[in-house]
Amino acid sequence: MIDESVVTETLAEALKTGGDFAEVFVEDRQSSSAVLDDGKVEELSSGRTRGAGIRVVVGDTTGFAHTSDLSPSGLARAARAAAAGARGGSGTTNVVGLRQVQAASPNKVGVLPETVAKGTKVDLLNRADDAARAAGAAITQVSASYADGRRRILVANSDGLLASDDQVRTRFAVSCVATADTGMQTGYESVGRPIGFELFEEYEVDALAQTAANRALTKLAARPAPSGAMPVVIGPGGGGVLFHEACGHGLEADLVAKQASVFRNRVGDQVAHSEVTLVDDGTMAREWGAFAIDDEGRPAQRNVLIQDGILTDYMWDLLRARKEGRHSSGNGRRQSYRHLPMVRMTNTYLANGSNTPADIIAGTDKGVYVAHLGGGQVNTATGDFVFGMTEAYLIENGQITEPIREGNLIGNGPEVLMGIEALGNDFAMGSPGTCGKDGQGVPVGDGTPTLRVAAMTIGGTAA
Amino acid sequence: MNPEELLEIAERIVGWGRDGEQVEAVVGHSQETDVRVYNAEIESLSVAESQGVGVRVIANGRQGFAHAGTLDPDVLAETLAEARDNAVFGSPDEFFGLAEPDGVAKAELDLYNPALMDVSTELKIDLALELEQAVRAGDPRIVGVESADYGDAVSADAIATTSGIRSAGRETSCYLSAYSLASEGDETQTGFGFSVAREPSALDVGVAATDAVERATRMLGATQPPTERVTVVLDPYVTAQFLSIIGGTLSGEAVLKGRSLFADRLGEKVAAQTVTLVDDPTNPEAFTASDADGEGLATRRNLLVDSGQLGCFLHNSYTGRRSGGASTGSAVRGYASTPGVGCQALALTPGTQSPQELIAGVQNGVLVQGVAGLHSGVNPVSGDFSTGAEGLRIRNGELAEPIREITIASTLQRMLLDVQAVGSDLTWLPMSSAGVTLVVAEVTMSGT
Repeated sequence: MIDESVVTETLAEALKTGGDFAEVFVEDRQSSSAVLDDGKVEELSSGRTRGAGIRVVVGDTTGFAHTSDLSPSGLARAARAAAAGARGGSGTTNVVGLRQVQAASPNKVGVLPETVAKGTKVDLLNRADDAARAAGAAITQVSASYADGRRRILVANSDGLLASDDQVRTRFAVSCVATADTGMQTGYESVGRPIGFELFEEYEVDALAQTAANRALTKLAARPAPSGAMPVVIGPGGGGVLFHEACGHGLEADLVAKQASVFRNRVGDQVAHSEVTLVDDGTMAREWGAFAIDDEGRPAQRNVLIQDGILTDYMWDLLRARKEGRHSSGNGRRQSYRHLPMVRMTNTYLANGSNTPADIIAGTDKGVYVAHLGGGQVNTATGDFVFGMTEAYLIENGQITEPIREGNLIGNGPEVLMGIEALGNDFAMGSPGTCGKDGQGVPVGDGTPTLRVAAMTIGGTAA
Repeated sequence: MNPEELLEIAERIVGWGRDGEQVEAVVGHSQETDVRVYNAEIESLSVAESQGVGVRVIANGRQGFAHAGTLDPDVLAETLAEARDNAVFGSPDEFFGLAEPDGVAKAELDLYNPALMDVSTELKIDLALELEQAVRAGDPRIVGVESADYGDAVSADAIATTSGIRSAGRETSCYLSAYSLASEGDETQTGFGFSVAREPSALDVGVAATDAVERATRMLGATQPPTERVTVVLDPYVTAQFLSIIGGTLSGEAVLKGRSLFADRLGEKVAAQTVTLVDDPTNPEAFTASDADGEGLATRRNLLVDSGQLGCFLHNSYTGRRSGGASTGSAVRGYASTPGVGCQALALTPGTQSPQELIAGVQNGVLVQGVAGLHSGVNPVSGDFSTGAEGLRIRNGELAEPIREITIASTLQRMLLDVQAVGSDLTWLPMSSAGVTLVVAEVTMSGT
């Protein structure tokens, strides 16, 4: 993207007035998307963004500047601005000669989306629209979206690191509205992988559209969700976001260091049922949060966070790890060159347990079965979290019975971890997600087997 | 860059339009400074300059769009070419078309305060440090300030079209915000506070600090209450988030595409008598005030709900045309997307009672000071409303113990009809709707 000599000069410029560390992050992103709504392909849209973010660290202070001007003079200007932001330092740090970090991507791209005819992408949307509408006369509206992106990054820093990655992502989503005299309901389904257009060899858009349509149709007959605390069974795949919120965020080292996590000072403690093993794995091939290097140039890693119920480690980025005299765990990520990196999850999942899903459901006298979850949110300092149930059913006498309307599910991370009482053997990854933290969104994956939590609070309106 | 330079770029792109082609160019530029302090030290200081262009082309009744994150001259022509190529693949729609000048005069708004430009970086850092210190000193139970931030932005944008739209403007803004941690025994609670203004001397460190301290400390000792049906008093910040959702259901796009609860209900009673809801970006008090919408038309005052009666929907040029009317000046967008429809400065007409007077009138209720998961627990199409919440119990007209880990649930339709009172404390916030204390009856609170 830019010459190595320009990178070296930019780092030298960044450290000219002193500093402990400097980094150049260059990003070239191109994207294309198309949206169908109301029976029409509204438009195709393409985007191109290119730029560099430069940071300089002096003591505990980071100066940051970014620019879309990738010329040597543009980069030098940004480097000086970042250095000024770091408020100068004493002494000078020499930039070590750059060494290329080799990291193989876990994701093999078959067909680069930019080589696919626009008309072919548009056809997918029309097929999804037809399939969703064919799912039932009550389907009154359909929206479908196709999106692909290619993000090429280069990272170099004053420790001599030079690394690059070429990240391709392709995604498809369908959203339906079903209408009856009970009102309107919605259903949604999405798929995405860090691969190219061959995504559609694995997934038929017709089937995705039918799934979305069926979710909306099912809910037309749904009863109001119950209210209050009760046992909750979460289906395979669908529950990953629970652990992303319930404990994932609380295991991010930056929040831990600021006393903003209920999991601070808990490494070595039993924090969950002894069958619980929680992993964050950026190397998980073809999953939404996988990459070769993170946005600080560190190769992706598989990190075990909770082993057999014992908290083993937090997730780390470069700066937080440097302070502790250890290595980053490959969790330093950023939304774009316009953002500073921070500790972020990749693919976070709960490993298989030993029960069959059928036994878990049959062993639940009265509760709620959540097949699909929407987004969630957590307060890491208190551990209180919330997330939406987009497809859920009542469990009565050990059987899944009627569908219930949408509502939020709330709980407390540490309590829910301890409250996992049965873990299934049917692990699956969930839908591609975007995790938001401090205003930045990054792609993440999550997964779980079927599991039961002794009690969570269902936020419905029924008694 | 100033608005005139940006308009010149937009006009240049539009000038490249071919016969039979409609072209719209939106150009934006911003300069931002963000300071974050932690433990009386600067944690990070960012200076940033961003720019970009978005081009929309309509040809043969089809629409295409492209954007780029630079104003590099070569890229401008490429972006137009890409949008033009994209337009080949869209579906034809007779209602596609750019905005056309409609004779509505733009409001005179003073959104740009050059005083911001004269403020030194040192002063900005000092404001953030002062805020952090004020939060720490606010109460002995405050054990940390997770972040204390100062941020500002000078942004300018311009829009030009082959249909004769020419619009350009700029504004300044700045903010202070803090996230606090309060602790007692093993328990930790969090709070936040902020202040926004057009230039730093108008920022209020005291208000931001007091809010951050109070929100965190008053939650200490919170427990999960049993499930019951209660009256809720929504804090202004919570009301603003609730209004944003209501505003979305009144978008002409949602109505036309069969996704609005309120389609076919114009003129009907949809809310309690006390509810009058206005979207008015021409109100200079609003931080999101703007004289032009995302298509370059003058913004205007739209009366959405008048004493409980549904008055109108909001439209951009496309939805206005398709619904047989006209744009209400409600196109919203950035340079990286085509115009949507949305509220820009939504507010309830305030009532006469202060928050204290409203609370005094509630026998059994909850003051909701914060909500979580609105994005996941509210379905604006079905109207199902369920959100995580925390706050204080209200007993016999007085604030009582803190409660947490609750949800409050109802439907959007019911909540509007169940509004009992709107407070007198209208507050403009850094979001597209204003805050005010709101009392809503018959809400299910789920707990143990």
